[in-house]
This record gives sequence, structure tokens and C-alpha cells, in this order.
Amino acid sequence: MRVVADTGVCQAHRLCQGDAPDVFGFDEENDVVVVLDERPDESRRKDVATAVKYCPAFALSIEED
Amino acid sequence: MTAPGLARLAGIPEVSTVLDDQSPDVPEIIRGTGHLPEMRVDPIGLFHRVRAECGDVGRFRLADKDVVLVSGAEANEVFFRAPDELLDQAAAYPFMTPIFGKGVVFDASPEERQQMLKNQALRGDMMRGHAQTIEAEIRRMVAGWGDEGEIDLLDFFAELTIYTTSACLIGKPFREELDASFARHYHELERGTDAIAYVDPHADIDSFRLRDAAREKLVALVQGIIDRRKERGKVPRDRRDLLDVLISLDMSADHITGIFISMMFAGHHTSSGTASWAMIELLRHPDVLSEVVAELDALYADGSEVSFQALRSIPVLESALKETLRLHPPLIILMRLVREDFELLGTTIPAGTLLAASPRVSNRIEGDFPEAGRFEPGRYIDPRQEDLQNRWTWIPFGAGKHRCVGNAFAMMQMKAIFSVILRDFTFEPAQPLDSYQDDFTKMVIQLKQPCRVKYRRRAGR
Repeated sequence: MRVVADTGVCQAHRLCQGDAPDVFGFDEENDVVVVLDERPDESRRKDVATAVKYCPAFALSIEED
Repeated sequence: MTAPGLARLAGIPEVSTVLDDQSPDVPEIIRGTGHLPEMRVDPIGLFHRVRAECGDVGRFRLADKDVVLVSGAEANEVFFRAPDELLDQAAAYPFMTPIFGKGVVFDASPEERQQMLKNQALRGDMMRGHAQTIEAEIRRMVAGWGDEGEIDLLDFFAELTIYTTSACLIGKPFREELDASFARHYHELERGTDAIAYVDPHADIDSFRLRDAAREKLVALVQGIIDRRKERGKVPRDRRDLLDVLISLDMSADHITGIFISMMFAGHHTSSGTASWAMIELLRHPDVLSEVVAELDALYADGSEVSFQALRSIPVLESALKETLRLHPPLIILMRLVREDFELLGTTIPAGTLLAASPRVSNRIEGDFPEAGRFEPGRYIDPRQEDLQNRWTWIPFGAGKHRCVGNAFAMMQMKAIFSVILRDFTFEPAQPLDSYQDDFTKMVIQLKQPCRVKYRRRAGR
């Protein structure tokens, strides 16, 4: 899986960092999410999927390879 | 509009007219205003007809403004991604200005919104406290219910959401000063959103007179609270709320009331309507209702707290709520004023046009949501996830930078409400199921009354 963040719609709620802090970080200067690990291990799928599902801005997605 | 502007708009198909704008039934003040008379009585029929007749991009006329209404993923994405300098929200909602009052902004810019998020009440780490507050407010509302009885959904949820939004967004000390009269006046404000405002927001009509009177009553209530606070003197920091801060800035009661009205507006009728429609849809679909009740019973069997679980996944209830939002989005049209000529799918939309997207229309596009008219919570379960798969057409919260900043708060509130009331009570309709309907005659849509349901306390609760 590939994790994609749309910084054009991110609202900086930062909930994703709570769900998967190893995959999602935060760019303090621009106030938007940064993807720390674009291709996380399959074992991280559940947490990443939770972050995608509950992102209040719908800014995250998982693209399958 | 300038002649070249009109010429360019001519390339965009205009929807048919079904209500003669010169008809003697049309109030005189809006005769000759194109589709405005129809939007005042059947906006949903009008918006759906735009898509049916014109496709993804069509137009209708509101007095001296052309409204270009877009739908479908491609056009919606362009609409929702456009920067504020090109598409202005505030100028598109003239019916809100007299409600908020002078000097109160309609909505903050994306930058201000992010700043507010970082510092203020909607921050993720504030949610736990809000969940506790909301649970306590619901319990207060049902404390006097007894073993069985009847409620009016609009009255009940409109009052509850006045208490929750004021407690969470303004502060608990302020909320403690409020009673049902605040909710009643607030309701009159929401009723004062007649589309006649597109011609004259101060027209001499009943609903605008009631609106202005209600606002004055709210200012008087707030003035009373301010006076009591001034008399009381300073209190320790942990007992202060936003009102104390604004008083210390020497703001007038009128201005403070306007700020509070605007802060509460986005979260009030929207949450109240969604809670009501979720209840109605559950009553219409007893199979879904029993699944939700079973899920909640299992979830809380270990004695865990509502304020804890409401922040976590409750998948069956969440799906029912999402499906309620898809079918009954609280806002049926989102508008922007075009500030500079704007490119949309190869067509130039001239400055001065109103550009709009309709959650009501997009949420029911058959190609994106099979059997779109059906209440089918299963569409959100993996792998369908029709909300995430259609992020530009599943738009009950809007989309993009302006996507409802309170949507996580709203979902948490809904989960808390249904956790409390479905665990302690059973519900049944007090009127025919198809008689629950929205009143579309105002821009703020609310349930038509009566909208009554019966409750009965569950055994052992």
C-alpha cells in the first residue's frame, strides 16, 4: 500500500498522528500533515486505515499497489 | 452583470421554469426574480432538476444574480478546491448578515480556521472534555422523562444542541445561564432565513420581523448575564469562559451576542436536524435499529463510559449516521460569490456570478451511490466505503479546505446522544412514518412540526 496525503485539503486536526504516529507527522511551518512513511509495512494497515477513515478533512488515502 | 458576462453564461444551460415568477401567488417583492419563488417553496425539486436537465453544470436565476449549480465529482472538486480569493463564501449568504449583526464575520478564512483549531474549542485533545459535557447535557434533558412519554423531535434536539454547543464552544458558566427561552429565540433566528433575503434581507415580512425581535431578546439575555458578571467581579481563571474574555475586551452585548450566534450557528440546526433524522430513519428501519441497539448494549456491557466510547469507533451506529447525513444533509446548497473570472471544466464563470454545489443532489447521484434513494448503512462498510470512495460527491459536510471543521465534534455528539438514549429507552413513532418531513421554506431547513415520537424506559434502566 501507498499512503497519500492531500495537503490541499488538510485542516491540521492532527488526529492521524494519534492513530499512526510512525506514518503521519506534521509540518509545523505550513500547518499540514506530512507522510513520514509512504510505504508502511502491511502490519500497519489497520491503524493507517483508521486514520484515513476518521480524518475530519478527508485528506488521506491508501492507494493499493 | 456586464454584457460579455451574460454572453459567456449563455454557454451554460439554464434550467426550465415551473413556477411563473409573475404569478399572483408569488409575493410582490419577489415577482420577476426568476427561480427565486420556486427556491422558496421547493428548492430540492429545483436543484435536482438542474442536474437532470443541464448535467454537471447548469444555472438558474435568483433576482439579479445568476447561480451556476455544479454537481458530480469533477465539477465539485474544482468548486471545493478553489481558493477564497476567487470564491467568496460570506457574500453568498445575504440572509445571514442580519442574524449575526454588523461586524461579525460569516466564516473565518482557512488560515484563521486553522489558527482557531490549534488554539480553540474544536481541537482534538479537547474532545474528551466535550464528550463528558455532552453526555451530562443529554442526561439532564432525559432526567425528567419518567417511564414513558412523548417528545417533539425538533423541540427536544434543538434545545439539547443549544446547551451542548454553548457549553462546549463558549463555556459551561455561560451555558448555566441559559434555559429553554434561549433555544426558542434562537429558533426564531433560524426561521428568519427566507430566500427573500436575496432581494432584500430587511424586507417587511413576518419572519424577518420575528428574526430581528428574537435577536434583540438574545442581546437582552446576554446583557443580563454580562451585568451579573460585572457585579460579581473577577473569578479565578479556571472559572472563566469566553464571555469573560470578551467582556474584558469591552465589547458591547450586541457584538458579543453576534459572535456567539455565529459560533453556535454552524453546529446547532445541523446537529439538531441530524439527530432528529437519524431517529426517524432508525424508526423506519427497525432491522437497523436493533443492530444499533445490540451494538451499543455489547459496547457498554462492561460499564464503560459514553464519553470514552463516543470518541471511538462504533461502526454500526456510525454507518447509520452517515447514511442519515447522506440522505438528509442539513445544508442542501453551498454557495460562493465568484470574485474573479473562474475556469470550470472549460467554461469561464464570470465574476459576480454565484457558484453553488448541492449536497442534497450530489449525495444522491446514482452512479456513485447505487440505489441512492435507499437508506442502506451497509454502503459504508469495508470494502464499499462509499463515503471515502466518493469524497467529492459524498458531501454532507462539504469538502476541501472548507469541509465542516466541526465534523468530528458532530459525529462524537451524535454517538453520545444515541448511546445514552438508546440504552435507556425504546422509541416508537407517534405519527405515520411518512409524515416526518422537512420544512424547506427557509434556507435553514428544519423538521416540520408535529414530529413526535414516544419513548418508554427499558426494563431495569
